[in-house]
Amino acid sequence: MEYLLDPFLNNAFMTRALLAGVLVSIACAVVGTFVVLRGLAFIGDALAHGVLPGIAAAILLGLPGMLGAAVGAIVMIGGVSLVTRRSRLSSDTAIGMLFVAMLALGVVMISASDAFQGDLLAILFGQILGTSWGQVTIMAAATVLVIIVSVLAARPFLLLSFDPEQADVAGFPSRRYHVLMLLLVALTVVVAFQTVGTLLVFGMLLAPAAAGALLAHRIGSMMVIAAVIGSASTYLGLLISYWFDYAAGATIVLVAVTAFFVVLALSNVRDAGRHVATTDASGETLS
Amino acid sequence: MTARLSAATASAGVSDVLDTTDSVISARGLAVGYGGEVVVRDIDLDVHPGGSLALVGTNGSGKSTLIKTLVGLLPPTAGSVEVLGRAPGGAPSRIAYHSQFHASGYILPIRVVDVVRMARYPALGLVGRMSARDHELVEEGMARMGISHLARSPMRSLSGGQLQRVYLAQVLAREADLIVVDEPTAGIDAGGRELYLDAFAAELQRGSAIVTATHDIAEAVEYDQVLLLARRVVALGSGREVLTPDQLMETFGIVIQDPHEEHAGRFTVAEVAHGGPQTIDTRCCDDEDEVDAADTPSA
Repeated sequence: MEYLLDPFLNNAFMTRALLAGVLVSIACAVVGTFVVLRGLAFIGDALAHGVLPGIAAAILLGLPGMLGAAVGAIVMIGGVSLVTRRSRLSSDTAIGMLFVAMLALGVVMISASDAFQGDLLAILFGQILGTSWGQVTIMAAATVLVIIVSVLAARPFLLLSFDPEQADVAGFPSRRYHVLMLLLVALTVVVAFQTVGTLLVFGMLLAPAAAGALLAHRIGSMMVIAAVIGSASTYLGLLISYWFDYAAGATIVLVAVTAFFVVLALSNVRDAGRHVATTDASGETLS
Repeated sequence: MTARLSAATASAGVSDVLDTTDSVISARGLAVGYGGEVVVRDIDLDVHPGGSLALVGTNGSGKSTLIKTLVGLLPPTAGSVEVLGRAPGGAPSRIAYHSQFHASGYILPIRVVDVVRMARYPALGLVGRMSARDHELVEEGMARMGISHLARSPMRSLSGGQLQRVYLAQVLAREADLIVVDEPTAGIDAGGRELYLDAFAAELQRGSAIVTATHDIAEAVEYDQVLLLARRVVALGSGREVLTPDQLMETFGIVIQDPHEEHAGRFTVAEVAHGGPQTIDTRCCDDEDEVDAADTPSA
């Protein structure tokens, strides 16, 4: 038992890490649900990486990393909106180009200054064990904000996920709520990069929500399942990294992704069983 | 077949006088299109409360483009159009719109009742609570499409025909003054089609106007007005006036008429890429611009 609890009870940095991870898991569950349902994974990925040059610039200027990340995210949203509207290429190509450019720019900026070579790893893979109480507070505030906005915009978000045209005809302009949704993704990425890093935040955004999608019949329960899986992955990941001395952020994401594949395998087995049952009962094969 | 979708009171066709006082749709010289390209021009329309209009044409004829213009999804390219006394899109709680299949219906983890409840969102706004009347409309919509027993079922467990019933129940639950539906019977089963015809007839009785895009000539003949489209207005008038072999020929390119039957509904219309019983192959009317390409769902 002491193996499961002591690391968190005896080390303040582990307590803060767990708190931060759970808060990020909740925000990622809410936002990730919409990312999964609306097929925004690629845009989410681009946002997660687009913040890198912002963080680099902030560190160069001696400003908080989160501030730089926020600016980077807003630039990225503007860029994504612009290329998807103006580009003659498919939006995937345009977004891909944009995010590679931002990622490369970030790495170039970091490499130009010898002072923080070590920070690159921290930015990409997170520094959850170095989370301060101040950062935990910011994460809590951001998580609450994400939840409040999602509750207020639940109807347009649902319509948007169902059919953007229906949202427009119902008087909820799809473009406006699409941007609001991207802003929530950006906010989540900005506060989450501290814990699991910009490279891995995407895993936390996607894996628990995708597992939730396989299990849930309602959007609300999908979010709850995703939050539980995310939080459990955080706990388990921290525990494993503590006892085996693995990188904490990466371990958390690995646990979350493993959880997704376990759920996927189980639901395939379940569906296969159900399919056999239906076929037997009706006497004919369903297409 | 009795003409259920025709208003009890004879509806006016296009009047020469612009009369918007009692008009659900009033269009003069309307041109519709995408991104600057005009698909159909010179459309004059009047639809009154309790009136019904069928848009008939092939894929790419401009049916869906006109429909999207009427509900405010596309700006008119030229001319004037008023819907419920405003610019299209100006009265969201009074319009119900359904466009063919939503692919998302298969992946969203929501239940049937959640989809039908969406019908009440324009009236409720962002945070308004569902009233007893709202719940009643939702229940009625499902009952009228015969899906009350599926209310708690997840959408992704439904068949294509059941999904179509859910979408039509959503249309009914809005209690709209104008119902605009694109291929409402695509993929629906025979029982669902009967329920739909009865329910929409009742909507007309209630005073709602209906605009439908359809491939189905037998259904179109039941409407007060039929607009034949082939990237231009071929004809507009009552079904018996406009659904003639010549004009169907102009609209579809090929028509096979049963020589022993005078009814317009007996014309067989040939059409590419439509899986229904009216299918005979022709390639004349297809053009590269597949604006209506999604007309037929690949259920």
